[in-house]
Amino acid sequence: MNDMTLTREQREAKLEGMGCKRKRVEDIRFTQGKGNYVDDVKLPGMLHGDFVRSPHAHARVTSINTEKALKVPGVLAVITAETLKTVNLAWMPTLAGDVQMVLADGKVLFQNQEVAFVVATDRYAADDGVNAVEVEYEELPVLIDPFKALDPDAPVLREDLAGKTTGAHGPRKHHNHIFEWTVGDKDLTDAAFRKAEVTIKEMISYHRTHPSPLETCQCLCSFDKVKGELTIYGTFQAPHVIRTVVALIAKIPEHKIHVIAPDIGGGFGNKVGAYPGYICAAVASIVTGKPVKWVEDRIENLTATSFARDYHMTTEIAASKEGKVTGLRVHVLADHGAFDACADPSKWPAGFFNIVTGSYDFPVAHLAVDGIYTNKAPGGVAYRCSFRVTEAAYCIERAMDILAQKLGMDPAELRLRNFIRPEQFPYNSALGWEYDSGDYATAMRKAMETVKYAELRKEQASKREAFKRGETREIMGLGVSFFTEIVGAGPSKNCDILGIAMFDSCEIRLHPTGAGIARMGTKSQGQGHETTWAQIIATEIGIPADNIMVEEGNTDTAPYGLGTYGSRSTPVAGAAIAMAARKIKAKAQMIAAYKLEVHEDDLEWDIDGFRVKGLPEKFLGMKDICWIAYNSPPPGMEPGLEAVSYYDPPNMTYPFGAYICVMDIDVDTGVYKVRRFYALDDCGTRINPMIIEGQVHGGLTEAFAIAMGQEIHYDESGNVTTGSFMDFFIPTAVETPKWETDYTVTPSPHHPIGAKGVGESPNVGGVPCFSNAVNDAFSFLGSTHIQMPHDYWRNWKAAKQLGAVG
Amino acid sequence: MATQAKKTQVSMKVNGAEVDGLVEPRTLLVHFIRENLALTGTHIGCETTHCGACTVDLDGMSVKSCTVFAVQADGADITTIEGMANADGTLSALQEGFRQMHGLQCGFCTPGMIVRAHRLLRENPNPTEEEIRFGIAGNLCRCTGYQNIVRAIQYAAAKINGVEFKEAAE
Repeated sequence: MNDMTLTREQREAKLEGMGCKRKRVEDIRFTQGKGNYVDDVKLPGMLHGDFVRSPHAHARVTSINTEKALKVPGVLAVITAETLKTVNLAWMPTLAGDVQMVLADGKVLFQNQEVAFVVATDRYAADDGVNAVEVEYEELPVLIDPFKALDPDAPVLREDLAGKTTGAHGPRKHHNHIFEWTVGDKDLTDAAFRKAEVTIKEMISYHRTHPSPLETCQCLCSFDKVKGELTIYGTFQAPHVIRTVVALIAKIPEHKIHVIAPDIGGGFGNKVGAYPGYICAAVASIVTGKPVKWVEDRIENLTATSFARDYHMTTEIAASKEGKVTGLRVHVLADHGAFDACADPSKWPAGFFNIVTGSYDFPVAHLAVDGIYTNKAPGGVAYRCSFRVTEAAYCIERAMDILAQKLGMDPAELRLRNFIRPEQFPYNSALGWEYDSGDYATAMRKAMETVKYAELRKEQASKREAFKRGETREIMGLGVSFFTEIVGAGPSKNCDILGIAMFDSCEIRLHPTGAGIARMGTKSQGQGHETTWAQIIATEIGIPADNIMVEEGNTDTAPYGLGTYGSRSTPVAGAAIAMAARKIKAKAQMIAAYKLEVHEDDLEWDIDGFRVKGLPEKFLGMKDICWIAYNSPPPGMEPGLEAVSYYDPPNMTYPFGAYICVMDIDVDTGVYKVRRFYALDDCGTRINPMIIEGQVHGGLTEAFAIAMGQEIHYDESGNVTTGSFMDFFIPTAVETPKWETDYTVTPSPHHPIGAKGVGESPNVGGVPCFSNAVNDAFSFLGSTHIQMPHDYWRNWKAAKQLGAVG
Repeated sequence: MATQAKKTQVSMKVNGAEVDGLVEPRTLLVHFIRENLALTGTHIGCETTHCGACTVDLDGMSVKSCTVFAVQADGADITTIEGMANADGTLSALQEGFRQMHGLQCGFCTPGMIVRAHRLLRENPNPTEEEIRFGIAGNLCRCTGYQNIVRAIQYAAAKINGVEFKEAAE
C-alpha cells in the first residue's frame, strides 16, 4: 500500500532521516524576522524592571534611599532586600549548594551586584528610577587574586558563613574556602612520581571569560492573583528545572507555574542558571499585580550574569624516558567568585574535571580541587562545554606538549605513544570514568596525513633557522590537540541537579493522516532541534521529517526534561526520541501483523513500513498504520499511536577529536595569522552533517576567541575592565579563520542510535589547539608555557621576555 | 534625574508603508521600531553599536538602530528584516541563501546580518570573500563562525546575478 512507483532510494530520500543534510525548519521564520524571543513577547499592562547595581567590588551598604526614585514619573515600586525578606527571598539557593543574595543584604561582594530593583511603566522610566535611587557604601578591602584568597589575613568575604566549617561539599579550611574535592589514589600517584625518570610541572591557568550569547538573559513574569498562577517567559536552557526551583523557593505549587522558553538567541551555558533578575521580576509581578519584564543589557550580562573558567591548574606528569606516561597529579585553585553558583550536577563541585587524564592511558592519577571565594561575579557555567571539561582538556593537552618539549619528542608522536588503544574500550580511567568507545590513533593519523604534518614540521625547522639567522621576524607554530570529552549528563546513579535525576524525555504523538508532533524535555538555543529530532523519528518510524513538528520549551505541554547544555541533548534526549519511536513502532508492528494476517515475527521493517518476509508485495506503510491505529485497530487494542520515553542513560558518551592549527606570529608586533585550522571530530553516529559542521565552525570560533583574547578581567580594585563588546573580544568575520572539518565515526555502544553529541567538542579541543600553536611557536626561544589569552600585546610581551625583541 | 520630556511626532516610511508615532526625544529608533511599530525582527544585542543585531537600512545605508534616536529618523525611508522578502512573499535570494548554506543557528543576528548583506550586495554585486568578510564586520555572530554566512551571501550574489553558484575551492 505504499507508493510502489518510488525506488527504495527515493523512499529513503523522502524521509529526510538520519545522515541527511536536511535544511533547517527554523530558518523559515528566523530569516524573515519572525522568530519569537523573550523581548518580543508583550503582555497587556506590562511593566519593566531594572537594577541599581554596586559600583564597588566589596562594600557595606549603609543606606538605600528610594524616596526620590519613587517620585520619578512612571516608577511604581523599588524592591530592596528588605522587601524580599518579607517573602523570604532576599537570598536564594544556588545550584552548587550555596546561597546567593538576590539583592544586596547589608553588603556587596562584586562590582555590578544587584542592589535594588526599580519597576516602572517603560524601560526608560525604569532607568530614570535606577538613577534616582541613592545608595551609600562603606568600602571594604577587595580580594581579586585567587592565590591570596586563602592567606590568613585575607579579607572575610562571606560573613554569612561565619563559623560554618562545613559546606555543601565537605570541610572548609578557611573563611574564603568553599570546598576541597579529591579524586584518585594519592599514594600510588606519589609513588609513580618518586619512581619517574622524567617529570614536568607547570601552573596552567585558564582565565575567566563569559559565554555572552548575542541575546542577553531576560524574562517576563506574570502573576495571576485570581488563579494564583505564575507564568514565566524566559531565556531558559532548562525550563523544567526553573519551574521546580521556583516551586521550591517561592512556595507556589508546581502545577501553578507555567514556564515558557520561546526562541532563544544563543545560550552557551549562560542561560542554565537562575539569576536575581528572574526572582525580582516574579516578586515585582506579585507585588504590582502586573506582568513585569526584565531584560539585561550587555554590560550587565558580561559583569553580573555568570562567568566561565577561572581555573588555575598546577599540573605534573610523570613519564619514562621513552615518553610513556606513568602518573598525573593536578591541583586546581578554582575561583568561584562571591557565591558558589556553579552550574554543575550537584555531586560534582568541579564538574567532570576528573576527565583530566584525557585520551591517554595513565595508570595512576590524583586530582585535588580547592574552590575559593573572591570579589568577582558568581557563576561558573559550562561555556560551550560539558561541566569543566574544557578546563580539563586544556590542562592535559598543554601539559602533554610541555612533556614532549622536555623529552625532545614530537607532541603528536607523544600522544600516539600514550593513547588508550581501541581494544582497551570500555576503558576505566584512573580517575573513575568508563570511556565508552574510541579509535584515537586512527583519528590522529588521519589528521596528520591530511595536513601533511611531517612537511609542516620541516617547514617550521627551516623557518626557525631563518629566524635565528635574522632573515625573518616571523615564527611558526604548529598546534596539536587531541581531546576526549565526557558528555550526556547523565546517569541517575551519579548525576542530579538539586536532587532531580538527569534523565531526559520525548513524547511522540502520531496523527491519523501520518503526521505527528514530538514534545521534548530539551530546549534549542540554535542547535536546530526542530530539524534534527524529526530526522531521528523519520528514520525510526518511517514518517517523513517534514511531517513531524518538534515542540520544546513549554513546561505545560512538554514531558519533564533537564534541558539543553553540556552536549547532553543528543546523548540523553536523542536516545529518548529513539526509545519513544520504538514503542510506537512495536505497536505499529502489531497492527501490521493483524492487517496483513501474519505473525508479528513474520514481518520485517522496510524504510517506511512493514513487509511480510519473502512476500515483497505484502506491505503496510506507516502512513496507513497511523489511520488504522485510530480508526480500526485490532480487536482489544486501544486506539491511538503515541508514546513517551524518559531515558536514564547507562553511561556518559565520550566524543573525541584531533585538531591541528598552523599559525604564524610576527614577533615585533605580536600579530598572529591562523594559516590553517583542521578539525576532525568523532561524535559517533551523525544525525545531520550540515548541522554538525555548523556546530564545529561556531565552537571553533568561540575557542579562537577565548584562546586569543577573550577575557573577563578585573583590576586590583575589582573593576571589570572588559565589560562591553568594546573590550571583550568577539571576533568579527575578518579575524575569524577559515575552518576545515573532517570526521571519523565510532558509534557509542550504549546509545540507541550510537550518537555521542558534538556541540561543544570544538570549544573543548579548539582552545588547547590554538594555545599549543602559540606555545609551539615560541618554544624554540626557550619558553615552556605562556598563559592565555594570546592577544597581540601578550605575544609581543612574550617575544620581548624571551629576548626576541630588542 | 531625568524627567520625561514632551513627546514629539515622528513620521517615516518603514517597509514601504507610511508610519508615524509620538516619541520622547530620547527614544531610540530600535525601540520605536520594535515597540511602537511591533516589528520585532530587529534585535538588540549590545546597545553600544558593536554587534549589529539592530541593523536596519536607512535611506540606503546600513545603520545600527540602537544608536539612532527615532527623531533623527523623521522623514527617513527604512527597511527592516520584515521588508526583505520578495514582493510575492517568497524568500529573497539572501534569505534563501542563509537557509541553503546554513548561515544561521540561533537566528538572533540573522535579521541584522541579512539587512546588512542586502546593502552590501547593492554596493558591490560581485564581492570577493574578503570583501564580504570586511563588509559584514560590523555584525557579530556567536554561533556560525561566519563561514556559512559568507557562503550564504555568495549564493545570493550568484542568484541575483543570474549565474550558477560555485563554491570556491579550498
